Amino acid sequence: MNLLTGVLFLPLAAFLVALVLPRNSGAGRTWALLSSTGIFAASLGLLAYFDRNLGGEQFGVDVPWIQSPDIHFAISVNGVSLWLILLSTFLTPICVLISWNYIKDRGKEFYAFLLLLEFGLIGVFLAQDLFLFYVFWEVCLVPMYFLIGIWGHDRRIYAAVKFFLYTMAGSVLMLAAIIYLYVRAHTFSYPAIVDMLGSGRLVFSSQEELLLFLAFFVAFAIKVPLFPLHTWLPDAHVEAPSAGSVMLASVMLKMGTYSILHYCLPLFPGAAHSCAPWIAVLAIIGIIYGALVSMVQPNMKKLVAYSSVSHLGFVVLGIFTFEQTGLDGAVYQMLNHGISTGALFVLVGLLYERRHSLEIKDYGGVATAAPWLSTVFLVTTLASIGLPLLNNFVGEFLVLQGTALANFTWTVWAAIGVILSACYMLWMYQRVFYGELGDEVKHHVPDLSPREWAAVVPLIVMMVWMGVYSQSFLPPVTRNTAIVLKQTNVNVSYRVQAPAAKSVEVAHAR
Amino acid sequence: MPANFGFNPADMTRFLPEILLAVFGTFLMVLDPILQKRASYAFGHLSILGLLAALGGSLAAYNNAGPAFGGMLVIDGYGTFFRVLTIAVGILTVLPSYRFLARQEAETSEYHALLLFSIAGQCLMVVANDLIMVFIGLEISSISSYIMAGYLRDDKRNNESALKYFLLGSFATGFFLYGVALIYGATGSVNLSTVRAHVLQQNAEPVLLAVAAALMFVGLAFKVSAAPFQIWAPDVYQGAPTPVSAFLSAGPKAAAFAVFLRIFYTAFEPIGARWEPLVWGAALLSMCIGNFAALLQTNVKRMLAYSSIAHAGYVLVAITARSGDGAAALMFYMASYALMNIGAFAAVTYLSGKGDRFVDVEDFKGLAKKQPMAAALFTIFLLSLIGVPLTGGFFAKFYIFRAALESHLVWLTVLGLLNSAVAAYYYLRILVMMYMHEPSEASETVEPLSTGLRLALVLPALGTLVLGIFPNWVLEFAGKSAAMIR
Repeated sequence: MNLLTGVLFLPLAAFLVALVLPRNSGAGRTWALLSSTGIFAASLGLLAYFDRNLGGEQFGVDVPWIQSPDIHFAISVNGVSLWLILLSTFLTPICVLISWNYIKDRGKEFYAFLLLLEFGLIGVFLAQDLFLFYVFWEVCLVPMYFLIGIWGHDRRIYAAVKFFLYTMAGSVLMLAAIIYLYVRAHTFSYPAIVDMLGSGRLVFSSQEELLLFLAFFVAFAIKVPLFPLHTWLPDAHVEAPSAGSVMLASVMLKMGTYSILHYCLPLFPGAAHSCAPWIAVLAIIGIIYGALVSMVQPNMKKLVAYSSVSHLGFVVLGIFTFEQTGLDGAVYQMLNHGISTGALFVLVGLLYERRHSLEIKDYGGVATAAPWLSTVFLVTTLASIGLPLLNNFVGEFLVLQGTALANFTWTVWAAIGVILSACYMLWMYQRVFYGELGDEVKHHVPDLSPREWAAVVPLIVMMVWMGVYSQSFLPPVTRNTAIVLKQTNVNVSYRVQAPAAKSVEVAHAR
Repeated sequence: MPANFGFNPADMTRFLPEILLAVFGTFLMVLDPILQKRASYAFGHLSILGLLAALGGSLAAYNNAGPAFGGMLVIDGYGTFFRVLTIAVGILTVLPSYRFLARQEAETSEYHALLLFSIAGQCLMVVANDLIMVFIGLEISSISSYIMAGYLRDDKRNNESALKYFLLGSFATGFFLYGVALIYGATGSVNLSTVRAHVLQQNAEPVLLAVAAALMFVGLAFKVSAAPFQIWAPDVYQGAPTPVSAFLSAGPKAAAFAVFLRIFYTAFEPIGARWEPLVWGAALLSMCIGNFAALLQTNVKRMLAYSSIAHAGYVLVAITARSGDGAAALMFYMASYALMNIGAFAAVTYLSGKGDRFVDVEDFKGLAKKQPMAAALFTIFLLSLIGVPLTGGFFAKFYIFRAALESHLVWLTVLGLLNSAVAAYYYLRILVMMYMHEPSEASETVEPLSTGLRLALVLPALGTLVLGIFPNWVLEFAGKSAAMIR
């Protein structure tokens, strides 16, 4: 029992308390705000005690859970997952704040599911046992399904079921692969398997490795989502309530990218390398396709949703460069996307609460009616398109730099996405906030309330901080990605050396 | 086989659960004219008492484990596991029946007596080490359940259900018996251990043996509602009184699977390579037919019937694995399946109302708003049926597919897991109805949970969660006793 276990189980405890609160009172939201703020404070403690000079996993806990098969409750935190956990705990209170008045029906259950979701998300980032990882992976699914399905907009049921089935279809194959790994390695422990791979005690044939890699990768790619597996995302985002969209975009999509980085690369380096060109092409298609589709969206939430497809393309591209800068950029971009797209969903949600519409054409002249809201939205927009001094710039720059080291053509194509993002975001901003002020907007769009300020200011602060002084965040990331990279390359080079005799045979056969 | 039929007190202890169940069942029948309707709950209380006594009896029998009646029965961990399971299923059937029978104004002791007899038959089946004993147990269990399926005799669907179950069921029993006869012809014995010895020494005529195995496979596949012998299940489950459907989908099925595994893992184990493709095909077919047909159902009972066909397919995967792990996985699966399925049927019983009026998926609309507790418990069962982690259903699937992969059944595993993703859709539909719609007539008018129904939902839900979070204990027992079967 250490601080990390506390941070993991506090949301679960808060969830259980929320279940027994009286129905139809404000108790649910008050409790959710208090507990999620407390959890955030606890996770800051994690940051304080995290040794930045040390690479690798920290705060490790390893308790046997089930004897046969040997499953452990093994968790620890590294320089990448640390930030993702902080992102989850940071955004949960914000989600509570923006749902404060919006969620009227069955409020207690709403906040309970939000806390359960937080538990699952933290667990995914912490798990060091493949089985435990799968458990948390699936646990996240259930609360999100209910959040979309119960409190969403008109087509919520379709979106919720689509979301569930898509993810489930991907993850059952991952389960098959996890069991297969166990059958071969006789352990679920991730560090142990990586170690066995590194020392050559566990060797997969290249066909085996490819299939295993794909089983994992498809599950993760659905979550990211990588083109062409992204079709569930616009539906889920548009139909989800604001808080659901924020958690989905900011943290849940990162489950996919983090897992690609953390599992696919070190476990199946050979297959990852050989698939990299294909995946990079898909990522670039996603970047450009997402941006182009965003541009023609009449619906703000859908626009932001497709922009996520585009932004996440950068993350995947960065990972598959196998360059230090590329990986750093990918991780940084995960965090940036979490902050800035999260903020966009928060702000779009605030607009929806006022005007009850997500259609761009229903707005115009909001800058006159609500100047502060417009200012905040503008900062977020600029962050999202990658203006220097704001967060996304750093991430995109690093990714593009890494890509340039790996393959310059990719950089050129990916950079088109940056340009396009400026087009669709600014165009939307112009149509919503400038132009003629309609009567509807004039009477129904007041400026930010203190509660809304409280939700928005932390996000803006983070955007500027991450844009101006990335040194606060990057060093632990770099230490960890360097390890991932080393594991990946060691495992590859081992494989290249060991079956040398075989490749000679192949050469002869040709 | 020469048997010593002299009286042996140890035999009596080992046979205690069946004796207790038969005594309580008979007592209940005698009691009917005396008590009549005046104290109708007494019948239920008494049958629970009988079941608890039998539970104690099976534990006592296990304390004194060993063969009984000259090797015709063998009381081992495996048999005891299933004895306890079928008795627990019995208790969980009686609990929702209180309310159900009161609603139908059909409280008689005969219902409870038949239930006890049926369970007695199942208890006998799972400890039998002799094909004739298996057959007797099967018949006791089946005949009682035929009658239970038609218990509300003024209801047309009940009659249809009973008749179908009876006609097709007797056919299947016939197949099984024919197989037993051929085995006797081929080996001169019906004792599983002796048959195994003959098969091992290749004394038996191979063609005769193969035909016998195939015939017994058909009979048992029918009893567990595995494809292509599943056709009766949807009609029977839909027509039978809901608590009886719950019972049919759990108790007799668990017992039949127990027998299936015991016969094919002992007597026919030496010719495993020959029957493996047969079971492989049946497993895949059951999963596909069950899941895809369930997608189209609008009646919840019918949907659960198809889902139980699909689950039979998963269990057959465990048998296909032909390993100790497979046997342990089957035991664990049956336990968690029985709990979640009987819980799901209890939720249907709760909502269905007088005359089983509300059994459509649509009728579950808005239940979460009116009865959040009942809806939440039903949700646990549905998530477990889907196979979401932290529920018993997940671990059950996990162990089965692990056993399959250990036995290199890669394709069966992949197809089976994909099937379980398909299955998620129809279970989710009920969740959608309960949580994401405005209340229907059924949820508006449903009465608050009665004590019996509350227990019938809470106990299996707790069991499902315990199996999902701390499966160690059950699993260890299953692993240990599975290793002893051969």
